[in-house]
Amino acid sequence: MSAAMDTESTYSGYSHYSGHSKKAHRQGRDRHKSPRSKDGSRSEKSVTIQTPPAEPLLGNDASRTEEGQDDNWGETTTAITGTSEHSISQEDIARISKDLEDSVGLDCKRYLGLTVAAVLGLLVFLTPIAFILLPQILWRDDLEPCGTVCEGLFISVAFKLLILLIGTWALFFRQPKADLPRVFVFRAILLVLIFLFVFSYWLFYGVRILDSKDTNYQGIVQYAVSLVDALLFIHYLAIVLLELRQLQPMFTVKVVRSTDGESRYYSLGHLSIQRAALVVLENYYRDFTVYNPALLTASKSRAAKHMAGLKVYNVDGPGNNPSGQSRAMIAAAARRRDSSHNELYYEEADHERRVKKRRARLVVAVEEAFTHIKRLQAEEQQKAPGEMMDPREAAQAIFPSMARALQKYLRTTRQQQYHSMESILQHLSFCITNNMTPKAFLERYLNPGPTLQYDRDRWFSKQWTLVSEEAVTSGLQDGIVFVLKCLDFSLVVNVKKIPFIKLSEEFIDPKSHKFVLRLQSETSV
Amino acid sequence: SYFISFSFQQRIEIHKLRQGDNLILGFSIGGGIDQDPTQNPFSEDKTDKGIYVTRVTEGGPAEVAGLQIGDKIMQVNGWDMTMVTHDQARKRLTKRNEEVVRLLVTRQSLQKAVQQSMMS
Repeated sequence: MSAAMDTESTYSGYSHYSGHSKKAHRQGRDRHKSPRSKDGSRSEKSVTIQTPPAEPLLGNDASRTEEGQDDNWGETTTAITGTSEHSISQEDIARISKDLEDSVGLDCKRYLGLTVAAVLGLLVFLTPIAFILLPQILWRDDLEPCGTVCEGLFISVAFKLLILLIGTWALFFRQPKADLPRVFVFRAILLVLIFLFVFSYWLFYGVRILDSKDTNYQGIVQYAVSLVDALLFIHYLAIVLLELRQLQPMFTVKVVRSTDGESRYYSLGHLSIQRAALVVLENYYRDFTVYNPALLTASKSRAAKHMAGLKVYNVDGPGNNPSGQSRAMIAAAARRRDSSHNELYYEEADHERRVKKRRARLVVAVEEAFTHIKRLQAEEQQKAPGEMMDPREAAQAIFPSMARALQKYLRTTRQQQYHSMESILQHLSFCITNNMTPKAFLERYLNPGPTLQYDRDRWFSKQWTLVSEEAVTSGLQDGIVFVLKCLDFSLVVNVKKIPFIKLSEEFIDPKSHKFVLRLQSETSV
Repeated sequence: SYFISFSFQQRIEIHKLRQGDNLILGFSIGGGIDQDPTQNPFSEDKTDKGIYVTRVTEGGPAEVAGLQIGDKIMQVNGWDMTMVTHDQARKRLTKRNEEVVRLLVTRQSLQKAVQQSMMS
């Protein structure tokens, strides 16, 4: 299942189906809900990174120490993709039916994991209480009376359990942010540790105390207290392993988008590859400008034209020598004197000029439109009741005067599919409500923003696959490269270690700041 | 062919020209022990803090007497000029009661090898 993760073979674009989930069905419902413009874009309606919030745990269970019902819980899901809503081919149907069968398996796995964790948590929480209560229930009469000391210990057990409860709630009860491919190693280790620990305590208790009906009640209570103390220490260990260790930055990660080369750098601590991928993706949505396939057509057409002019004929017989052919083509292409660089230069210069002209027209139109709107002061509201409008109406009133200029500008910068008229009107009324200037209104249209700014339907990147030569649960090392692929493009991530910095000090006495004047004068005599 | 550079000393006698209330010599000096020797374009050794001739006005008394730009002034009327400040040098050259100054200057010269000139 997860083997597909690591060895990405290249099928066609549709074939990332290694997966399964009933989410495909949920997406099916969404498909019918939101009509989409038929602009030929192949965007995905598949599982996104945000999974729905997991149901809250069994109510009174809250003090499971380490396990979270939450993010990165140990199911081994693999990449899940959906189908395009416009065309369903035969293979897709076959795959959908396969998904149906697999999806049941996956959900069982995830819920099984959650249940096990919940049971373990409940067990762990109730164990100290059981240790204290069992002797009272079973052989109450034989117990030595133990007065103030025991009561003090009861109070301490109660409060420590309360603290454990609050700590676990604060730290581990979070909504899952993502589906990760593999088990989170540290969590698994901690779970096993807790299980062994509690098991050994019970073993000792069963053999030494229950069987022999120990009468020293104070000792038993102290035994229970030691268990709770140890649980608190394990909680501390969990914080250090799961939260603190990756805070200190150790690696610098360069993320490059494959289609247009946009790159960013991030600092990460000691993380596993899958968690590093998660951090990169979270930052991708905020930092990278939105992927716009319309901007890539120019370079593609140039590349096509470049190779289209050459044909290779094999006159030596049927022997097929592909490498020789390609080398011949490359050599011929290099020798051919073409002026495509010239074309590119003039085309780009022309485009720049056009964009600037349209931008100027747009700015002027918007500024003029905004002057027509004036916010009414409170006392003027009584004087002119007839003309009052709410922001939406005001927006609709001034929109026509700038609509044409805005549309032309968006067409020139190829952003028109990202902004519908409704969204523009909405943004306009938002700006009017918040007293924004025309420039603030235009900020969203003049520069392409990050992916988060746009409507979910316009994202080309909702389903990601992690491609890595190393195991995705292994930690980051210097020189690791992994790729985050989505259907239309990929992000290549290159990890570099932050260099060891040797810092030494030099003390300069402030009194030593003395200066001389160095001149070279020339005097005529 | 190769070049030899050597310096030779020369004695130059300048008769000051009267211009209004002043007696001028017609050249400019640079250098001095209070100046920055590394900025001197004429010195061969950049730690040399001597007084150098930085400009010679055309047709002035100095040019007429044969002073050239780049000359290092060693003595003025018997006073040593190799270890003086810029201002002291100026004062020694512009004494109001002197009409003639006799300078001892050092000039650097590049000359083609004697051997080559003998062969040609």
